[in-house]
Amino acid sequence: MSDWETVIGLEVHAQLSTATKIFSACPHGGAQGPNQNVDPVSLGLPGTLPVLNRDVVRGAVMMGLATGSTIASVCRFARKHYFYPDLPKGYQISQFDEPICEHGFVNIPLAGGGEKRIGITRIHMEDDAGKTVHDPQRGVSRVDYNRAGVPLIEIVSEPELSHPDEVVAYLKILHRIVRFLGISDGNMEVGNFRCDANISLRPVGSEVLGTRAELKNMNSFRNVHRALIHEVERQRRVLEGGGEVVQETRLWDDVAARTETMRSKEDAHDYRYFNDPDLLPIHLDEDWIRELKASLPELPAEREARYRDTLGLGAYDAGVLTGSPELADYYDAVIGVPGTDPKKAANWVSTELLGQLAREDKDIGESPVSPAQLARILALMEEGTISSKMAKEVFDRVFREGIEPDAVVAEVGGQITDSDQLLKIVREVIGENPSQADQYREGKTQVLGFFVGRVMAATRGKANPPLVNELLKKELDA
Amino acid sequence: MNQERPLHRSSVRELRDAVASGERSAEEVTRAHLDRIRETDGDWNAFIHVADDAALAAAQAVDQRRSAGEPARALEGVPVAIKDQIVTKGIPTTAGSRMLKGFVPPYDATVVERLRAAGAIIIGKTNQDEFAMGSSNENSAHGPCANPWDGTRVPGGSSGGSAAAVAGGQVPLALGTDTGGSIRQPASLCGVVGLKPTYGRVSRRGAIAFASSLDQIGPLGRTVEDVALGLEVLAGADSRDSTCSTEPVQDYSAQIEEGIAGLRVGLPEEYFGEGIEPGVLDSVREGVRRLEAEGAVVQPVRLPHTEYSIATYYLLATAEASSNLARYDGIRYGHRAEGEDLGLEELYAQTRAEGFGPEVRRRIMLGTFALSSGYYDAFYDKAQRVRTLIRDDFVAAFEQVDVLATPTSPVVAFPRGSRVDDPLQMYLMDIFTLSASLAGLPGISVPCGFSDGLPVGLQLLAAPLQESMLLRAARAHERQFADAGAWPGEGGP
Repeated sequence: MSDWETVIGLEVHAQLSTATKIFSACPHGGAQGPNQNVDPVSLGLPGTLPVLNRDVVRGAVMMGLATGSTIASVCRFARKHYFYPDLPKGYQISQFDEPICEHGFVNIPLAGGGEKRIGITRIHMEDDAGKTVHDPQRGVSRVDYNRAGVPLIEIVSEPELSHPDEVVAYLKILHRIVRFLGISDGNMEVGNFRCDANISLRPVGSEVLGTRAELKNMNSFRNVHRALIHEVERQRRVLEGGGEVVQETRLWDDVAARTETMRSKEDAHDYRYFNDPDLLPIHLDEDWIRELKASLPELPAEREARYRDTLGLGAYDAGVLTGSPELADYYDAVIGVPGTDPKKAANWVSTELLGQLAREDKDIGESPVSPAQLARILALMEEGTISSKMAKEVFDRVFREGIEPDAVVAEVGGQITDSDQLLKIVREVIGENPSQADQYREGKTQVLGFFVGRVMAATRGKANPPLVNELLKKELDA
Repeated sequence: MNQERPLHRSSVRELRDAVASGERSAEEVTRAHLDRIRETDGDWNAFIHVADDAALAAAQAVDQRRSAGEPARALEGVPVAIKDQIVTKGIPTTAGSRMLKGFVPPYDATVVERLRAAGAIIIGKTNQDEFAMGSSNENSAHGPCANPWDGTRVPGGSSGGSAAAVAGGQVPLALGTDTGGSIRQPASLCGVVGLKPTYGRVSRRGAIAFASSLDQIGPLGRTVEDVALGLEVLAGADSRDSTCSTEPVQDYSAQIEEGIAGLRVGLPEEYFGEGIEPGVLDSVREGVRRLEAEGAVVQPVRLPHTEYSIATYYLLATAEASSNLARYDGIRYGHRAEGEDLGLEELYAQTRAEGFGPEVRRRIMLGTFALSSGYYDAFYDKAQRVRTLIRDDFVAAFEQVDVLATPTSPVVAFPRGSRVDDPLQMYLMDIFTLSASLAGLPGISVPCGFSDGLPVGLQLLAAPLQESMLLRAARAHERQFADAGAWPGEGGP
C-alpha cells in the first residue's frame, strides 16, 4: 500500500468593509432586515450600469502589497455567467485573465517549528451574490439581496498546502493580514471571510496531481480542519480500495460531519467569461501604488518580529499578541507608557487580561481595563507600592468595578515597607512558634518559608517579601 | 408661430419658443399632441404606452414655472416620446417584450432625467422590436407599427415607433436606441432625421442593454435643428455610466448654419455596390450633389473590411445580448411561468421560452454559442479582432475625408410580413449602418428623396465626437433639399 501525499489549494473570499457596494453608491453592512441594502444596481434592474468603487481597488492593492504580489498596471473585469435566483444579473462581475494582483506569497508557521512559503497565484475583485434561504416546510425559497454587490477579494493559493493543519495556519495568516490592513472584518460565522478548498491525493513522489474535489461550506477554522481531515480520509479510502476520485464539488455538512456531492463534473458550469463592456480597463497609477505602499500599516508578521526581536518577547507571546490588530494595538498602548517593561506587560496582557476576558466572553475591544490602567498597575508593582500578588487583586477590582488602580491602593493600603513595623510582626511570629525557630537554628533553614508565610498572613499579603526575608533571617540568626 | 398650421406640425424650436414667450401654454401643446396620438395611433400603433395624465401634470408644472417667472429651459413644454427600451420612472417600460410586461421602473434613465430637467414633457413610450432586436418593428410583443407614409409597410426598426411618431406628427422629438442601425434605418424608412451619437457621447444609464459595447441613445426629429437641440440636452458626462465620455458638449444647434465650404466628403465604394434599389441609389446620389452644391468636395474612399461587418456584428451583439438578457429569469420582476411543481431549471426555461419572442431567443442562443468554452476563440475573440480592423478602416478614411456619405438602407420601407421568414434577409437591412456602430462613430440619416413615393435616407458618418460637423453637413443638405419637411399623405412627391 502506497503512502499518499495530500495536495490542497485554497480560494479565500474576503468581503471588503467599504462604505458602499462595489458597483454603486448603495451602502452595505448593518441592515436590520432582508432586502434593506438594495438599489437598482445591486438588484440588477434593467438599464442599470456598474461604476467601480475606488475603495475596492485600494483594498485589493493593499492585500496585494501585503502578500508581495505583483500589482498589474492594467486589469479588467469580466462577466462570469450562471443562473441562480440570488445572482441578480445572471452573471457575476469578476476578473478572469487580467486580475489585479498575481504572484504573491505568505509564510505560514509549521507545527514542528520553522515556516513554509505558500504561493498566492492571484488576487481579484468581484461582486458577491445575495442569499437564498430555503424553507422546506412551507415549500418556498426566499432571496435576500443585501449581500448582492458587496465587494469581495478572492485570494487564490497555489496547490502547496499539504495538510489540514497547514490550511488552517494559512487561513489564519490571511485572516490576520486582512484584519491588520483594516480592509475586512473577517467574520467567518456570517461568511465575510470564507474559503473553498481544492483537494487531491497522489502517491508520495508522484509529480502528477491527482483528481481533485472542491470542498465548500466551511464556516469556521475548526470546520475547515474537520472537513479536510474527513475529505483526505474519504479520498484515501477510495484510492486504496482501487477506486478513482471523481472530479466534483462537495459540500461539508457540519451537523452530519461529512462531505457530500453538490455538483458533478458533468453539471459544471460553462461560465462563458468575457470582458465586461460596461466597465473600462482599470489603469493603476504607479504613484498611487507607491503611496499606498508607503502608507500600509505595520503588517502582522512585521509586528510579530518586532515583538520578538526588538522587545525580546517569546515566540508564543509575540504570536498571541498579534492575533488581532485590536490586541496588538492594546499591547502597544500599554508599553507606550514610559517605564513599562515589555515582557511583564506581555505576560499580563496574554495571561491576566486575556484570561479574564475569555471568562467573561469579551473581546479586547470590550476590556474594562484600559491600557493606561494596566500600565499603572505594572508601574505600582515596579516601584514596590504593591506586590505581584496585590497587583492581581488590584487588577481584578479594576476589571470588575471599573475604578482606578490608585484608588484601590489608597483604599486597601500599599505594601508594608516600614522596617520597624514589620520587625514588630516578625518578632511576634517567631515568639509564637518557638519549635520552628529552634529547627531553623539547628540548621533546617527551609523553615524560613514557614515564617514568611506567617508574616504575610499576618499582614494580609501586604508585607514587602524581600524585606520580610531579610528581617526574619536577621532575627533568627541573632 | 404659424397660426394656420395645426400645432402638432410645429418644430421643436417653434414649440419651445412659443411656450417660452407665453404664446402657447405647455398644456395646450401637450393636449394637441395627445389628441394627435389619439386620432392616429389606432392605425399606426407607434405607442406602447401613452402617459396622458403624467404628461398633462408635467405640462401644468411647466406652465406654473412660466407664470412664476422662472427662466425658460432648453426644451420648455416640448412633448417628447421615449423608446420603450429606455426606463422611465413610474411609466411602464417593457422593451417591447412580454418578458417585461407590467414592469414599472423605480428610476429614470439619465437621458429622461435630463429631458425633464430641460422642461420637456414625457408623453409616452414608443413601439419597437423586442429588446431592440429587429429592423422592421415586427418583433414587438405589442404588435407591429405602421409606416405613416404607407400603413401596409414597416417603419423600420428597432426604433420604429419613435420614427413613425415623429414622421406622423404625434411628437416633434423622440428618443431611440441604436445598436446596429436602430435609429438611422427607421429614420430613413420614415423620412425623418435620426442621429446615433458617438459611442459614449450620451449616457447609456437606463437604456435597457442589448449589446453594451454598441448601444447608444439618440434623438429623432423632423429637422436637423430639432435633432441638434435634442442632442444638446441628451449629451454629456454621467458619473453613473463608466463608458460615458467627459468631453464637453458643443452648442450644436448654434453651429449647424456654419456651412460646409471645403468639407471633404468620402463615398465608400463598398457602400455603392450591388443590392441597392435603383431608386434609393438615385436619391442618395442626388443627396451627395446637394452637399457639393453647398461647397463640399467629394471623393471616393475605401473601407475594405466592410464585408465582414455583418458577421462581426452578429457575433458580438448576440454574445453581449446573451449576457445582458440573462437577468430576465422571472425571479424579481417581469414575466414568470406559472406552474405548481416547476423546479428551478424548469422555471427558468419556461419563463424565458414564454417571455422572449423567437428573434430574441434566436440571438440569445447564437450569442451563448459564440461565448461557449471551446468556441470562444473561433467566434467571439476573432470577431473582436475583426472589429478592430473595421475601426482601423475608418481611422484611415478619416485621414482623407471629413465625412462619409452612404445610403442608410439599401431599400425603402418594405411591406409588412414580406421579410419575416428569413432572418438573414432581415439582417442585411442593417448592412450600411453596422460598421459605424462597430467603430463607435456618430452617424445621421437625413431624408434625401423618394422612391415610389417612399422616403429614402442619406447616411452621413464622421469621426468620434464630430457630431457638430455631422449636423452641419446634414443641415447643409437640408437647405438644398426642396422636399425637406414633407408630410406623409399630403403634398408629398
